[in-house]
Amino acid sequence: MNANLQRFPNPLTMPVEPVSPARTPNSRGKVGPASVERIVRPVPPAATKVGLNDISLSYRTQTGTRLLALDHINLQVRTGEFLCIVGPSGCGKSTLLHLIAGLHPQTSGEIRIDGKPVQGPGTDRILIFQDHGLFPWLTVGQNVEFGMKMKGVPKAERQEKTRYYLRLVHLAKFENSYIHQLSGGMRQRVAIARALATEPDVLLMDEPFAALDAQTRDLLHDELERIWADTGRTIIFVTHNVREAVRLGDRVVLLTFRPGRIKSEFPVALPRPRHLEDPAVAGAARKILDELREEINRSLEAEYQEGVKPHIDPQQETEIEEKARV
Amino acid sequence: MKRVARYVIFYGALFGLWTILAKLKIWPPYLFPTPWGVAEALYTGFQDHTYWIAIRVSVQRVLIGYGISVVLGMILGLGVASNKFLEETMGGLLVSLQSLPSICWWPLALLWFGLNQNAILFVVIMGSLLSVTLAMEDGRKQMPKIFGQAGRNLGAKGFKLFWYVLLPASLPFIVSGLKQGWAFAWRSLITAEMLYLSLGLGQVLMMGRDLNDMSAVIAVMFLIIAIGYIVDGVVFKGMERHLQNKWGLTATA
Repeated sequence: MNANLQRFPNPLTMPVEPVSPARTPNSRGKVGPASVERIVRPVPPAATKVGLNDISLSYRTQTGTRLLALDHINLQVRTGEFLCIVGPSGCGKSTLLHLIAGLHPQTSGEIRIDGKPVQGPGTDRILIFQDHGLFPWLTVGQNVEFGMKMKGVPKAERQEKTRYYLRLVHLAKFENSYIHQLSGGMRQRVAIARALATEPDVLLMDEPFAALDAQTRDLLHDELERIWADTGRTIIFVTHNVREAVRLGDRVVLLTFRPGRIKSEFPVALPRPRHLEDPAVAGAARKILDELREEINRSLEAEYQEGVKPHIDPQQETEIEEKARV
Repeated sequence: MKRVARYVIFYGALFGLWTILAKLKIWPPYLFPTPWGVAEALYTGFQDHTYWIAIRVSVQRVLIGYGISVVLGMILGLGVASNKFLEETMGGLLVSLQSLPSICWWPLALLWFGLNQNAILFVVIMGSLLSVTLAMEDGRKQMPKIFGQAGRNLGAKGFKLFWYVLLPASLPFIVSGLKQGWAFAWRSLITAEMLYLSLGLGQVLMMGRDLNDMSAVIAVMFLIIAIGYIVDGVVFKGMERHLQNKWGLTATA
């Protein structure tokens, strides 16, 4: 269908680094200076784009108890890799993206991009939010232009790139429209164009297609795969939809229900382009789903016992987290 | 069409009642003028440029005072909204200060600034600053967090973040506060002008009282209402409509 799709390195031939369980039982949930018990690691090799080293996050809930949201996450993402993270609601997968984006500090551990520690937000990593986060007071074109404007890119270059990226997501005709005039799928495409226009190395996608209908989502899967192939970006894609993860990812990482830990990793060695309905995709998804189901059951149990919805959206989580820090 | 008819009937009846009451001569004409007496006062007032000058002076004052209020109020409001300490301390003070009519500042303003324009501006600012501050604080809190996150994510920080993201994102939430601030500014100005002879519409109104010319007083009242209404109906309504169109909001933001 698209010649570019043949350029992918075969995920099968790529080595998958094993995740070392770098956690001692009594260190779990302990909050304190990261340096005390951080395991000293060599600087990751050049092929590692995003390195998550012993990332933990805890925050105080409204009732005053401390809740461990992320528990010693160790994950290395290779340059150009399409990594999917799945997990039940409330496993902290969205929060993890916010941490990588530098929007919130982790309680302990270190995030490295190209070996350099993350300190706050940077345009080398752009987060695409579930509800797109586009600016309704700007036109589509101005939204796409925004990151470049903040960087101080000259106007002519900005406009040229804006048009280029809008063409890439097939929205060239809508440059002067406002966001509310677009459909949900179009909005997500603008969000993708806006993210790409700042030319980040890493795209962080937080359930970007969760609110879309099935047909639109299929279409955007194809487009995202094409864009990924064309631009060679590293993508970390969070979803609760296992099939979507298998459809898109080179590797799928499964997080446990609260506290979020890496339960297992699944390299996806299926040839591209893939389709959501491929039996092979469904088969691979079933394996992951079986493990995910345990976690979903745990989350339901927690719901039953606590009498509260286990789902904590990242917004809420970060708000609680912010309060805890004040 | 029906709306127009309703307007015509209502204002026609009001006008008719006024005319009848004036015609009955229950009160002497200098206390209860006829509509055409007021119209005449308006005509002569514009003819000899008294009203033009008064309007120019008053509008200039309110623009300066209100402008300062908006800038200061936005900074203050943003500070209060984003700082826990300020919110707990100054937040309460601001709310309680709002119950104080701005003209109460007049004696202090006179002592501090003397009998001049600055004293009037001070009263105008005190009248509208609080509304703008509280509106900005509220707007900043109501504004969806995602805009700030997206802005920071795309490389905006410091003043750029405020100017290009936080301010436009909170506009729909602060328009009504800005409008209220405008109304307070306008009222404070007229009150202050009435207390201190210094050109302006308030002074012209008091001049009518001193000359026992109620036609002139009512004429100036009409002018004050008209200007307030025009700004409210044209400037703020236009702004609201503009924002609604951009944001795709159907109800008032």
